Formats: sequence, C-alpha cells, structure tokens
Amino acid sequence: MVQMKRGALVLLAGLLMSGSAFAEQRSLVLNTDASDPAPKAAFDQLIAAFEAENPDIKVTVNMFDHEGYKTAIRNFLTADSPDLANWYAGNRMAPFVNGGQFQDVSDVWEANGLSDSLASAKASMTIDGKQWGVPYTYYQWGIYYNKDVYKAAGVEVPTTWDQFIANCAVFKAAGVDCLTTGTKALWPAAGIFDYIDLRTNGYEFHMDLTAGKIAWTDDRVKAAFAELGKLAAPGYITANHAAIDWQDAAALLVQGKAANYVMGNFAVATFKEGGMTNDTLGFMPFPEITPGIPRAEDAPTDTIHIPAGARNVADAKLFLAFLARADVQTQMNGTLGQLPTNKGSTVDATDPFLSAGFEMLSSSYALAQFFDRDAPAEMAKAGMEGFQEFMVNPDRLDAILARLEKVRAKAY
Amino acid sequence: MSAYWKRNQRRLAPWLFLAPGMAMFALYVIIPIFQSMAISFYDWDGLGEKVWIGAANYVELLDDDAFYTSLKNNVIWLLLYLLAVPAGLLIAIFLNQTVWGIRAYKSLFFFPFVISQVVVGLMFSWFYAPNFGLFYKLIEAITGTGVAVLADEDWVTYGIIVAGLWPQIAYVMILYLTGLNNVAPDQIEAARLDGAKGWKMLWYVVLPQLRPATFIAVVVTVIGALRSFDLVSIMTDGGPYGSSRVLSFYMYEQALSEYGYRMGYGAAIAVVLFAIMMVFISGFIWKMWRDETER
Repeated sequence: MVQMKRGALVLLAGLLMSGSAFAEQRSLVLNTDASDPAPKAAFDQLIAAFEAENPDIKVTVNMFDHEGYKTAIRNFLTADSPDLANWYAGNRMAPFVNGGQFQDVSDVWEANGLSDSLASAKASMTIDGKQWGVPYTYYQWGIYYNKDVYKAAGVEVPTTWDQFIANCAVFKAAGVDCLTTGTKALWPAAGIFDYIDLRTNGYEFHMDLTAGKIAWTDDRVKAAFAELGKLAAPGYITANHAAIDWQDAAALLVQGKAANYVMGNFAVATFKEGGMTNDTLGFMPFPEITPGIPRAEDAPTDTIHIPAGARNVADAKLFLAFLARADVQTQMNGTLGQLPTNKGSTVDATDPFLSAGFEMLSSSYALAQFFDRDAPAEMAKAGMEGFQEFMVNPDRLDAILARLEKVRAKAY
Repeated sequence: MSAYWKRNQRRLAPWLFLAPGMAMFALYVIIPIFQSMAISFYDWDGLGEKVWIGAANYVELLDDDAFYTSLKNNVIWLLLYLLAVPAGLLIAIFLNQTVWGIRAYKSLFFFPFVISQVVVGLMFSWFYAPNFGLFYKLIEAITGTGVAVLADEDWVTYGIIVAGLWPQIAYVMILYLTGLNNVAPDQIEAARLDGAKGWKMLWYVVLPQLRPATFIAVVVTVIGALRSFDLVSIMTDGGPYGSSRVLSFYMYEQALSEYGYRMGYGAAIAVVLFAIMMVFISGFIWKMWRDETER
C-alpha cells in the first residue's frame, strides 16, 4: 500500500514537473497559523508575489487560529495533508521528523545555496544531518524597559548583572516591580531561565542541558537557579505572575508599575498599542552574569515544511526556494516586524528595536531557539512549570530539580 | 421468511428499534473505551509507530507526583461539588412560593446554568484577577493585602470549584423545583394538621417525596465533578505549576495539548478516571435496578 502510494506520488510529481508542457493550472495548499494581523498581511503579500512569479500555480491558504494550530497540525498531517505547513525549528519539529510526517528538503538547501545564505538557522533546521524545512523569520529576545521608570527612580540602565540586581533594590523601594512577567501560559518563565542559564553557564552548557545530556541536579544548574533566586527571593518579580497572561504584564510595564520585561520582539507592538513610543520604551540585551562567556541569544525561528503526504512536492519545493530568497524575506519581515533569516536581507533601519535586534543577533556567538523548542515537549513542559514554581517558591529548589531530573530520565 | 417474521415479530421488534441507538452507542462509546484501554499499553506519540510496553504506563503513574496531585484535586472536587445539592435544595425551597413575579426570580437564579462554562470561567478569572479583580480588591480592602486566588497553589482548586458550583447549584435548583411541583399537597396539608412544621416538615414529609430529584441531582453532580475539565483549562491551564490539575485535564495535557505527545500515558490516565467513574456509575445503576425490582 505504502509502495503504491509512493509510486503514485512519483508519477504525480513527474506529471507536475512536465506540467508547463500542458500549461495546466497547478495548485499548492498551504496551512498556516498566521492568523494575527501582521503575519496575515505578510503571508498575503508572500503568496501574491509567488503567484505573480509563477502564474500557473495557484496557492490555496488554510488559515488556522494561532493556538489551535498547535494541536490541529497533528490531525491534518495524518488525515488530510497540505503541500506546505508552518511550524517551528529545533526540537519542536522533532516529533514530526521522527514520525515521518515532514519531508527531507536537503536538496532545496543544496540547490539554492541555503547553507550559506541561511547559515545562522541551519543548525536548528537539521536533524540526522538533513534539513527538514526552510526558515523565513526569527526575532530576538531581550529586556524591554520603561525609560520613564528608570528616570523616576534615578538609576542607570545596567550593563552588568550586579548592577541590574542593585537597580532592583531601588525599584523595590519605589514600589515598582523590577522585573515583570506573566507566566500563566508558562513560556515567559522559560525566557528568563534561558537567559540566566546562557549567561551563567554559556551556550554549550545550555544546549546540553536542553538536549538532556546534563543532570538537572548538576551544581552548574543550581548556580543558574541561584542567579534567578536573586530576583525571586527578595520579591523583585511581579507577585502573582502565575495568574496573569503576558499581555497583562505588558500593561504593568506600560503603566510604569514595572521597570523591565524579558520578552520577545513581538511584544513591541503590544507595548506601543498601550501608548509607549520609541522615546519611552527601551531595549537592552540581557546583561552579562559570568564574565567572559561568549554572548548567546534566544532567537526563535518560524519555518515552513513539506508534509510527507504533500501532493505537489515539486512546486512545494519551488515555494520553499522562493521563500528562502533574500528579497522575499526582506519584504515579508518588513510587514511582520521581525528579522529575516537570510543574511542577504535587510531590515527597516528606522525601527530601533529591529535594528538593535539585528545588530545583537548578528554579533552574537550562537543562537538558541527557546527552551520549549530546544528541549523535547515533555521536558519543556515540566521545566517551565519548575521555573514558575521556583520563581514563586525559591526555597523548593531541591524538590523541583529532583522532579525535573526524574522527567529527564524518561523524556530522552 | 415472512412466516418467521410473523411468528417472532413481537420478540424482534424491540431489538430492531433499539438497533440504531445500540449501534451508535457501540461505535462512539463502547468501542472507544476498549480502544483507549488498548492504547494505554503502548508508547505512542500519535504520529509514529506504536511500541508495546505492557503495564509500564501504569507503573509510571504510580510514581508520578502530578498524577497524585490530580487525584487529590479530583477528590476535593467530588466532595465540595456535592455542596451543590443542599444549596440547590435551599434555593429551590426559597423560590417555591407564589408571589408576584416569582417566575422572573426563578429564571434569574437559573441564569448561570444557561451560560457556557467557558464564559463562567472567564468571568471568575476576572473576578479573581490580581490588581483589578473584584474579589482581589475586596480582600485587599478588608485585610490590606490582596490574594490572587488563581496564582496560589493552596487556594486555586477551591477558587475553580466555587466557579463550578455557581452553575451547578442552578442546575440542582431546577431539578428540585420540578420535584417540588410534584409534592402532594394533600400530604402537606395532613402533616400540617398533625402539627408538623419547619425542619420536621422538610425532613419527614417533603424530602422523602423529593427522593427521585435528589438521586438525579447527586448523579449529575458526581459525574460533573469527575469530568471537570473546561473550567480548569480556561481559568488556570492546570497552573500554577500544575497544582490545579484534575485527572481529565492531566490526560488532555499528556496526550493532546501543545506539549503532550504521549497518547499511551494519556490513555492510561483516562482508564484510571474511567475506573473511578465506574465505581459511582455502577453504584447508581445498582440502586436504580434495586428500586425497580422492589416495586
């Protein structure tokens, strides 16, 4: 049965490749989670441009709700597969790659020299030495801060971790949350831990930790948690963060009730909707903790893949090659307000956050995806719960680490 | 053929009428139960190959803190949810009078049951929300420091149960209101002549006549408590750090959620939940069967 299917696929692909001879209308189906306004506009543009260049290909888009997509993808990959689908890089794509649901697209990388132009994202697209999709955007994480709050408290923007902590004491005395976050959905907590671990123990250690090669009870992990404890124990982090969404915490920063927020660049739109401007909203890379460690950053990458059940593989690969092009990524990310993965692309120089992010990422030592994309699903979930619990109850460290270690034993 | 049909018509007809329902019930209820049980013996991510691992999922459950948290919360849910029965009875008796506009009052009390659980969950989330929630502000005004119920591992489950009780009490109230309509007025009259009133009247005369309503109220409340999922999902997503999980939510988390790729483990949790439900359901069925044969 499988053999027959594959045979039919090859036949179909062959037919489609000679399609131009028939001048037949070819079609591609793209499933995407780009339901928010900016991503939706970017995808509309992308598809219009692709169709303009390939007039005989018609692209049909199935738009899914952003959160619902994460569970819907499992159904449509096995039941009614599109030709192209959005997903994420790193370990987030591992279940689909290992389950045989995504196609190897190494040939697209090979044929278009993507190993060079998409070099920064190649590692996160590679499993078993093959590439399984094409990245089109990423964004930086870092600390967004309220400049007015800094001015009112009379403190300088910190460059070192010790300064950051010292500032926190001042903010606390002024009744302002030094660091705000909303961890109801868990992942914002992971951003904070990622950075503290990257700055305390470095990129290689963090990657080994998320890859399950290092015990959670390791002293170096404890050292990272100790740094996080410097924020958690004196109450420098917004109280009750476990009950609020990240948008609610953004409101605290906008209202001047909080000074700093460890977030991804997508939050800028939310801050600005709340009334902040380039004059009041500041951005800084996460400060150095252990001196001398090469600076690595979190930069989650969004990708497009070809499902195993795709009907029109040849054109899907054409689409991926198009998506990887520098000019296409420049235009698309201009609309998205994010950073292109192609090194030949340019970013909008008038946007201080994009320029700062581009600068920061291109000068960084290495890029991590994000805790829930670097670690496998089971570990990610347990880990993020652990970070959240630690931020509320720093005294439970040993119990939390013992639990995470138990999960590590099972998850890898 | 037609002779056979003629002879056995009365014996066959009930089965023919039952057939569509039984087929649906088998297809959508009975067969999936056994499929779930089968899956619980595999390690399967829902995409790739299934690997037979015997009872390993169940062994893992025994050593899983999150499972015990869920189990404990389910017990709390079960016990506190039963408060809906006396509370609903109380309101029903209170509303069972003939004054002008009583229908309007009744429908107002019934209102929470009409709105969707998702909306109930959202409303209570805002009610409890730190910094701006009504409840938070109220506690802050009284004690000086607000309590963010949904961020506090000790209170979160109770906070969600209160949200769940709101519509459940309305449901029980309606059951009792219809029950009260059927209370025989002549018995009340007779009891009154014999000098019964107040608690005695309620306990010895009214409540025995409400037994069928009480039975249904307990059944729907117990099952409602055990299958509680939507409120947990809407209000906390199982948080903070998993302390408000219940079994049904934990099953969803493990098998189907954003980070859940463990169909086998989720199925094992479902089987445990099913076993717990079976204890109650068979109890109910046994009672119904006994009542019917006694008559």
